[in-house]
Amino acid sequence: MTLDWTHFTPGSALAGGTLIGLACAVYLLGNGRIAGIAGVVGAPLEALLRGRSLAPQATRLLFLLGLLLSPWLWQLVAELPARQAGTSTGGLIAAGLLVGFGARLGNGCTSGHGVCGLSRLSLRSLVNVLVFMAAGFATVAVARHLPG
Amino acid sequence: MSPMPTTTTRALTALLAGLVFGLGLIAAGMTQPLKVQAFLDLGSTWDPSLALVMGAAVAVGLVAFAWARQRGKTWDGAPIDWPSATQIDGPLVLGGLLFGIGWGIAGFCPGPAIVALGSGWDDAAIFVAAMLVGMAAHDRLKR
Repeated sequence: MTLDWTHFTPGSALAGGTLIGLACAVYLLGNGRIAGIAGVVGAPLEALLRGRSLAPQATRLLFLLGLLLSPWLWQLVAELPARQAGTSTGGLIAAGLLVGFGARLGNGCTSGHGVCGLSRLSLRSLVNVLVFMAAGFATVAVARHLPG
Repeated sequence: MSPMPTTTTRALTALLAGLVFGLGLIAAGMTQPLKVQAFLDLGSTWDPSLALVMGAAVAVGLVAFAWARQRGKTWDGAPIDWPSATQIDGPLVLGGLLFGIGWGIAGFCPGPAIVALGSGWDDAAIFVAAMLVGMAAHDRLKR
């Protein structure tokens, strides 16, 4: 295996990661919650589907609003990255179903178990991260390198 | 769970956290599925950028979370809602497995997909719609 030096972007990766870590810190200290996107999306959705009040979900919904508005803020100062999908429409639907179901079943995703779980040294989160990383590597290996 | 009223401070910190989180994802390249898949593809030349994203985020998180744990409360003096689950069980592993397969297929995970949706990208909208159906299906089965 060789490193892809032409596409390696260490500076923006470190800057982006730092911002993500800071955002988790602001949400934790400002609202007392883990910034896990699976929960930030899943909890209001569950409340909605069960006919419960959305009032306790207000800060999650505001976090989501921030996520949705971030590209607008970005493009005020810089160009957004070009849009290139990683799969077909059918692939997007299958992947979305798997990601949504899996994130709720495992109770977390790249942010909740990944960033926040590892930051609080949770063994449970580490196990989840290792499993989804391995599954991600294996899936791309099969999709890109398996003949036929 | 959260009897704390949504004060202006709480509302603003939530919105700010979402904005900064989203800007971080864009800067990191996480909203580009091909960049994510290039990280997950060990079979050809490997782009390790996303490892640095996670490394930097966790480095900041380790300091911030240790500080928060020591403080024991939020900026407005309320208790912090730390996750209580510690068990390593079937759902945790199966959930990670399904999640990882979906992540590999599309190169999207939930946060970046929502940010990409915010930019008006139709592919992200399809993914997010399916993701919501997947989440709802899980909650329906669990009931």
